[in-house]
Parts: sequence; structure tokens; C-alpha cells
Amino acid sequence: MATELAPKTPSASPPRGGSRSAWGGPAPTEARIFDRVLPVLAVLAGIGVVWYLAAVWLNAPQVIERVFADRPSFGWRELIGHTWSMDRPVLPAPHQIALDMFHSIADWPPDSPRSLLYHAGVTSGATLLGFMLGSLLGAVLAVLIVHLPTLERAVFPWIIASQTVPVLAIAPIIIVILGSFNLTGLLPKALISMYLCFFPVVVAMVKGLRSPGVFERELMHTYAASKNQTFWKLRIPASLPFLFPSLRVAIAAGLVGAIVGELPTGAQAGLGARLLTGSYYGNTVQIWSALTMSALLGLVLTACISLVERALVAGGKQ
Amino acid sequence: MTTGHAAHEIAPSSSTASPAVVEVRDLSVSYPAKDQSVVALDRVNLAIREGEFISLIGPSGCGKTTLLRVIADLEQASSGSVLVNGMSSHDARLARAYGYVFQAPALFPWRTVLQNVMLPLEIHGRSAEEGRTIAREHLERVGLTGFEGKYPWQLSGGMQQRVSIARALGFEPKLLMMDEPFGALDEITRDRLNEQLLRLWERERRTVVFVTHSIPEAAFLSSRIVVMSARPGRIVEVIESNLPADRTLEIRETPAFMKIAHRLRVALASGHGH
Repeated sequence: MATELAPKTPSASPPRGGSRSAWGGPAPTEARIFDRVLPVLAVLAGIGVVWYLAAVWLNAPQVIERVFADRPSFGWRELIGHTWSMDRPVLPAPHQIALDMFHSIADWPPDSPRSLLYHAGVTSGATLLGFMLGSLLGAVLAVLIVHLPTLERAVFPWIIASQTVPVLAIAPIIIVILGSFNLTGLLPKALISMYLCFFPVVVAMVKGLRSPGVFERELMHTYAASKNQTFWKLRIPASLPFLFPSLRVAIAAGLVGAIVGELPTGAQAGLGARLLTGSYYGNTVQIWSALTMSALLGLVLTACISLVERALVAGGKQ
Repeated sequence: MTTGHAAHEIAPSSSTASPAVVEVRDLSVSYPAKDQSVVALDRVNLAIREGEFISLIGPSGCGKTTLLRVIADLEQASSGSVLVNGMSSHDARLARAYGYVFQAPALFPWRTVLQNVMLPLEIHGRSAEEGRTIAREHLERVGLTGFEGKYPWQLSGGMQQRVSIARALGFEPKLLMMDEPFGALDEITRDRLNEQLLRLWERERRTVVFVTHSIPEAAFLSSRIVVMSARPGRIVEVIESNLPADRTLEIRETPAFMKIAHRLRVALASGHGH
């Protein structure tokens, strides 16, 4: 099962029954999980070490200034202990973030504005709606571009130009304009999310729809297949291996869009709002837990796409 | 040793009087190029009777593939005419008169072997149930029973090409066109597939038009061999083969086979002198 999640190239997936099992090591499945999990854990441990060191380095001046100001001498153990447990540190230690997240989730019901789950739910709602709209727009644009070459010349420069406009500038404009039509809440955020989502989908889908080779197209020609049949039986399935990686990129970009869309709304709800209130009140731990939550949310969302991909393009790997 | 192409118009009527499945008349194909157009085929005449196994052989650039592609309506004639079952090649294609096997298997990687063979049947509007039955039967005929659920990448090159032959035969076309189908395979696999193809032809007697540049392959498979020359593409000679229908690979050691191979070699060499 583990290899199914691996990249689709055979060279990238771990060898089946390699020397390890031949030497009486763990069973192949275990070995593969081990091979996949161990590097991730190693990197995590590395990040942890650097993080704790950075927390000491960044927070020490404040600790010295506030806690040890009237004391001529102090031990380095004491200093480190303080840098890892400050109330408003420059850089909170990982365990502080973890505890803050745990309390916010465990101490409050998921529908309370104090629960991070509530905010993650608000943001993922906007992300998913934006993602669906954006992927649909991207796919429709790609189909049109593939069928009408003139459209490609007319539309493609605009599509690319649209992505060079900073989303940070576009987001307040969209929210103000939609607000004047009394459209607030989910929809404006979803539209900003869509704005970032559609681009990778258009590019990948155009490439995918054009991926069938001469033989495949001529084969359909010899069957006297209609344009519709060629589209559904050849072009669409051929485009799926191109589409899914772009959907993973799109949903991650859409999440960023939704968070950015939450910033100018006056910070009512959502992970973006948590980021904003955190920085208003200098609550760095809250900022970091909202950040971590959005990273976890991104991982979950892309994992969902991978699950759908596995169900749809099971035999497509070569 | 220059043989005028006009001479070959008589050749088709030599033996049986079965109707022509393919009739090529004064066919020329030329491609526009910078200074002058390139002539791929120059006034080619050929009639293919029902049940024949015809090989088109010649050096690269002789237009053998172009000839096949014009018959299949994959390329257009510049002048002259092509009739397939008495229809224009365009109408014949729309009537699904032929199966075509390409140089590469061109299997769809997202479909299993069975689903690949079912593809043309689906397109022709057969029910899934019917398609599955027919596809199974044709996979059995090419010796691939048990591989229905596999994906193309799990099969060897020779097996993939057999799937593509089963796919081309699935809708029972009277005419099978093959463009160097075994060209990319190793010689041992190629020999085995040649023998299987011959058995298939012997059993079903479909008309086969087979493009190759291999002398032994053409001599072994064909009931008639059309030798072509390059620049411009012309028919140099048409050689009838009288080898027994139930021949096996061992026939390649016999004088009768060697005589045909020798005639082919001579014809190809003469075509080269043009």
C-alpha cells in the first residue's frame, strides 16, 4: 500500500524485495514504511534542534533585559529555561506551540471561536469552495483552449498576467467590491482562493489534453471515433496524470488565497484572522499555532487529493 | 532491370477471380517542400483481392507506409484514386472496413488489456457485455488468455503488440492493415509472432496488407509481395509466392523459400538502381 503514495516513476519507488529482505530483514511492507518515515523523522529532528537553538539565540536578549535586569549574574541553564517558556517570545519553542494548539483544541468545543479547529474549519470551507470553482474554471478554460487555438493566443497572456498581480493587492479590492453588493463571508474568500487555484490547473490540463501521441490519435481516427469520443476516451484520461499534481499545487495555493482573503475582513474568523489578531496583540504563540494549523490543513487537503488520484488513476502508472 | 509500373496492372487478375478489396489506381502523393514538392508515391497501381496476404517491401522512403496510410485514409492522395470495398477510403473508414496495427502498440496505459481490446467496440456502440465477450475471445486467439486484467506496462513488447492485433481484429474487419508491426521487437519474438500471425490468417483468411522492410518476413508471410523503390516511390515488381499455407518457420531452409527471398533481393537491388 505504501508505494501507491510514492511518485509515479518506478525509479522513485523503493525496490520490491531488495537486498534487505533477502538478508532476512523486516518484511517488504514494513521496510518500505520504515524507508519512508525515517527520513521525514530525521528532518523533523534536525528542524527541532535548530529551532530550539534559534529560540535561545532570539529570545535571550529579551530575557536578559526583563528577567535578569537587576541581577548581576545568572546561570546559562536558567537563561535557556526562560527563553523556552516566555509569554511573548520572539520565537516560541515548538513545545509552546504544541501546548497552545492542544489547549485551544482540547479545552474548547470545536464551534467556539477560541478553538483552532473552528478557525481551520472556516478557512477550509473557503479553500474548498474556491478550489472547486478554480479547478472547474481551469478545466473549462483548458478544454476551450485545446479546441480553439485562437483562444489560446487571445487568453493565455491574460491568464499569465493575472498571476503576476500580487494577491495581497487583489484581495482587499475583491472584498470591498463584493461588500458593496452585500456579499461577505465565505464567497469573497472563495473567489480569492479560486483566483490562485485556476492557474496551475489550466497549464497542466492543456498539457495533459495535448499529451496523446500521433498513434493514439490516429488510432481513434481509424475507428471513425467522433470528436466527443476522442475527447472522453482518449484526451481526458490521458490528462489525469497531469491534472492531479496540479490539483495538489492548486489546493495549497487556494489555502494561501483563503488566508489572505481573511486578513482584510476585520479579522472575524479563520486562520487568517487568528494570524492577524495574534500580531495585533503581539501574541506570537498564537500566530505560530495558526501557522502550524494552516500547514497541517494544507497537508491534509493535498493528502485528500492524492487519495482521489489513487482511486481514479489506479492503472495509469507506467 | 527497369520494369514499368504499367505492367503490373495485369498481375492481379492472374489467379482467382475474387473481388478486389483494395483497388489503387494511378495513385500519386507528393508533399510540398521548399523548392520543389517531394514525390512520395508516383502513379502506383495495385489491386488486392479478398483473402490475400500482401506485403509491401522496400527501402525507407519508398512510400510503402504512405501507400498503406492512403488506403487507411490517414493521408490524402494528390491524384489518382483508392477504392476499399468499392468505396472511397474515407467512406470505408467511416464504415469501419479495416483494422489498423501501428508500428507501436499504442495501448492506453490507463486501460487493462481487456479494456484496451474493448475500446473500438465501445466506440462502435456495442454493449459492455458483448464487448467483453468479443474481447476475451480475440485475446484467446492471440494467446493472451489470463492477461485480461493486466495493464500494458506489465506486458512485454511482443505481448503488447499481440494485444494491439487483438484490438484491431475485435470488430471483425475484413481488411487488416499492419505497418511494420514487429519492427521494434527482437528477432526471436518477431519469428514467433510471424508464425502466429500466419496461423491467424490461415484460419480466418482476412485480407492482410503488411508493410515491412525485412525480406525473410515478407517471404515467409505473404501470398504476394509488392516490391517498391524510392525517390519517387514506385512499384518495381510484384512477386507471387506459392509456399504451402500451413508452412512453419522451418520452410525458410527450403529451396522454394530461398528462391522467393532471392527474387526479392534482386528486385530490391534493381529498384535501388533507379
